[in-house]
Amino acid sequence: MNDLTKDFVDFFSSLRLTVVLLALSMVLVFVATLAQVELGIYGVQEKFFRSFFVLTNFPGSQVPIPVFPGGYLVGGFLMINLLAAHFARFKFTWKKAGIHFTHIGLIVLLVGELAIGILQEDFSLRLGEGESRGYSESFRRNEIVVIDKSQPDFDEVVSIPESMIANLEPVQNGKLPFRVVPRGYYPNANIGMLNSLPEGVDASTLAPNPSSQGIGPRLGISPLPISYHDEERNLPTALVDLVGAEGSIGTWLVSPMLVAPQSFTYEGKEWQIAFRFEREYKPFTVELKELKHDIYPGSNIPKNFSSLVQVRANDGSEDRESLIYMNHPLRYQGYTFYQYQMDSANGFSVLQVVRNPGRALPYIACVLMTIGLLWQFIAHLGKFANRRSSKA
Amino acid sequence: MKRIIPFIVLALGLIFVLRSVFPSPTESDFDLEGFSRLPVLANGRIKPFDTVGRTSLLTLQSRQAVYLEDGSKLTPNEWLLDALFRSEKVNTYRTFKVENLEVLDLIGQTDETLKRDYDSTVARFMAVLGFLPSRHSRFSFDQLEAYLAEIDRQAGLAGELEAAQRSPFQRAVLKLRNNLVLYQQVKHSLVLPEDVDFLTLLQELQENYGPGIAAVRARSQGEDHDEELAAQMLEAGQIFLRMDNLANLIPLPPLGEDTSDHLWQKTGRGLLESFQTGMVNPYAMAYAGLGQAWKNQSPEQFNTIVELYTAQLDKKFTAQMNKSEAERKFNAAAPFYTSLLIYVFAFLIAFASWLIWPAPLQKSAYWLLILAWVATTTGIATRMWLEGRPPVTNLYSSALFVGWGCVGLCIILEKLFPNGIGSTAGGLTGFATMVIAHQLSLTGDTLEMMRAVLDSNFWLATHVIIITIGYSATFLSGFLAVIYFFRGIFTKSLDKATAKSLERMVYGIVCFATLFSLVGTILGGIWADQSWGRFWGWDPKENGALLIVIWNAIILHARWGGLARTRGIMALAIFGNIVTSWSWFGTNMLGVGLHSYGFMDEAFTALVAFVAANLLIIALAYVPANKWRSAEQLKTA
Repeated sequence: MNDLTKDFVDFFSSLRLTVVLLALSMVLVFVATLAQVELGIYGVQEKFFRSFFVLTNFPGSQVPIPVFPGGYLVGGFLMINLLAAHFARFKFTWKKAGIHFTHIGLIVLLVGELAIGILQEDFSLRLGEGESRGYSESFRRNEIVVIDKSQPDFDEVVSIPESMIANLEPVQNGKLPFRVVPRGYYPNANIGMLNSLPEGVDASTLAPNPSSQGIGPRLGISPLPISYHDEERNLPTALVDLVGAEGSIGTWLVSPMLVAPQSFTYEGKEWQIAFRFEREYKPFTVELKELKHDIYPGSNIPKNFSSLVQVRANDGSEDRESLIYMNHPLRYQGYTFYQYQMDSANGFSVLQVVRNPGRALPYIACVLMTIGLLWQFIAHLGKFANRRSSKA
Repeated sequence: MKRIIPFIVLALGLIFVLRSVFPSPTESDFDLEGFSRLPVLANGRIKPFDTVGRTSLLTLQSRQAVYLEDGSKLTPNEWLLDALFRSEKVNTYRTFKVENLEVLDLIGQTDETLKRDYDSTVARFMAVLGFLPSRHSRFSFDQLEAYLAEIDRQAGLAGELEAAQRSPFQRAVLKLRNNLVLYQQVKHSLVLPEDVDFLTLLQELQENYGPGIAAVRARSQGEDHDEELAAQMLEAGQIFLRMDNLANLIPLPPLGEDTSDHLWQKTGRGLLESFQTGMVNPYAMAYAGLGQAWKNQSPEQFNTIVELYTAQLDKKFTAQMNKSEAERKFNAAAPFYTSLLIYVFAFLIAFASWLIWPAPLQKSAYWLLILAWVATTTGIATRMWLEGRPPVTNLYSSALFVGWGCVGLCIILEKLFPNGIGSTAGGLTGFATMVIAHQLSLTGDTLEMMRAVLDSNFWLATHVIIITIGYSATFLSGFLAVIYFFRGIFTKSLDKATAKSLERMVYGIVCFATLFSLVGTILGGIWADQSWGRFWGWDPKENGALLIVIWNAIILHARWGGLARTRGIMALAIFGNIVTSWSWFGTNMLGVGLHSYGFMDEAFTALVAFVAANLLIIALAYVPANKWRSAEQLKTA
């Protein structure tokens, strides 16, 4: 090993680096906790943990500059440090086995957190009592869908992700006889009927609305700032042109605030267009049979929320009842259904649906680290007891 | 002679404990004890009136005793009886605590009216020195009555804001409004507080039910009827409806065979049902009788009703009555207050042992510490039995348990290293955590019901307990380090051997803390995965726990890498106090996240002070070694 390589290995395997990285991670976690008041948990995760650098706009400009290492960087270096230390310095001995186990557990945990960050998907499934659904909806993402209604047994759906709309990218698809050309996009906006604007909203403050088809011309758009609040969802509004071979068919105003899709006819076929929460269709349906919301007598303290659901596989292989309540989710086909929110007065229940292929990793990490730490602790205790008894 | 000191100290301690377990009853012709054990349903659980009185007063005025203008003192039970049955009296008691200057302004108080006059010169002198309050901070309902509308208006405005955005004035005025509401709720729980002879009303109703209901029915159908009787009936109905709307206590046990908790009724509701059953609810009648007896101050009648009512309930509600009685005794014994006082003595004696009579005083302190710890343990066990839950269910019980864990570890340390350090640290942390627990108890009943999201005895018994022990250990290592610096810098008592053993203690406890906080944090992640669908969500409380783990890991790695020696490790351990206090309380003050079950903003100042104090001690650690008073002792063995 030449001197340079040695220096390099020494640096990356040193305990000094470990301590520095741990200290950096503490600062990162602490600042991120404080930032939650402003940014909300989701925003904080993106800015501080799922990033290589924490970026802040240069004062007085829109230029982002890195101010602190982000979660990926600190976590990555910790990982390199750990691996380097194990290869360069550690020799396996039973006395140190505890440390090894703990560190391997830590590696699994770090890898697991990275995997979860990338692979985990979560959706919400909102059901009224008696209602049945074969899909769940994204918590954050939206999509514009254009639906061909001409087939009697099925609908042909073309889905356009919100990110393309936001970039105002025209979309052409083999299944559509027209192009979809976004003309305007507001990431968060309120829309209301022009003839009954709420008090204090002046028509002059509304955003331009060039829509010519559907309900659009009767609506006003008031753009809102993007909300980072964890409980509030941003509801975008978009203005899209549909352009056929002979030119524009018209401009539609679409938003998830409009519950029903807007219908139109083009070249003798019936079509629908809507901006909605992104859907994921499942090979099964879930029906909400009964919901319950109990409180402790003489108080407002919730005692229990529960949803009784019927799960039916589309291929008929499964048809069963399941009671979902706090601390007791339903696991089915790689999905986990948790009781998330409930509005018993209006008779609907919201389930959180999570698919997380990496969810076993933290459990494995937990077992490894616990074994490792217990090993180490007991070994220390044994040594301590021996010394005491030999002294006595 | 010196050898018997520990025995004398222990005997005194035992006498003190026994006196608290068997307190002498309040002198009164009334069977107050009998009344105070009667069960009532409030905030989701059945509890004795004793608890209602105590927790209501703690919420209203931050203390349990009520002091009257004439210098006399009321017990919580006497106050509760007045609140329930003698509105005109209770309205004159100063039981609303207001300290915010702007709110004082709002309720028409000026420097003149706030000034307290003491008759004796000594008292006046003490007030000047600050040992006695020089201003009034508690006010009676009568004093507030003229300002109710304005208080309500201001509170309404403040209520529209989110908790984190409210100013101190807004928080204070909201609290005052909530306290006024609580007060009205208690007052409407058994009888109508206005000048109505409630017992007579119920008796007349009982006699005239048949014809009365017939008259009302006839009137609604436009037929011939006794107008006076119908009006009387309707008026009674109005009164009951009002009581049903305003009250919060649910005192009437179910009349049928089924004795489930959710069948208990408010007085108003039970009496409204009388119109269907044609019979006044006998329990409501009993309480009305009790009310009249208290109003007329007739002990004989009062005691007879209590006795009959108790006998009635004993048969059908045996389990509830037993629990209620146990809780009453628990309240009266106040085991945590008892242990708080013993912890102080253990601390003082252990500290003194470094200056004089080391052996006997160390032993005395050690025994006292064990005695106090047993008292704490009994208290926690009783709470667990009453609640049917693992020990930590809310912020209050976490304080008790952190104290329990710290002192338990200290007892082990003192056993391993019999040099008084364990007892000193135990006395100090035991005392501190009991004081914190007391402060946290001011928000009301500490035996709260568990919210659905936290309702899992398995996880409460594993994750919560382990993480709380992790808090205990991290705090303890910090306090041991504080002792190290204080003894080294300010006394000549820190010799090399003691320093060595302190270092080993801190190292051992940090290892222990790492184990528990890491395992506890990961278990928390698994609970979150089980119930919320994600292992780790970067929620403030989760982050707080993670910080403790990382901090302990830093201390260990710094030691292993030789980056910090004794002094450095000690200073790092003290910073652990700051990290832990952040995780324990600071995260709750942010008011965000799934864990913000214990939102509290008043403790903010205390937290800042604690952090500042610890930073100061860390700075102190860097006084050059040769300036320490123990410098000589540390050099030689």
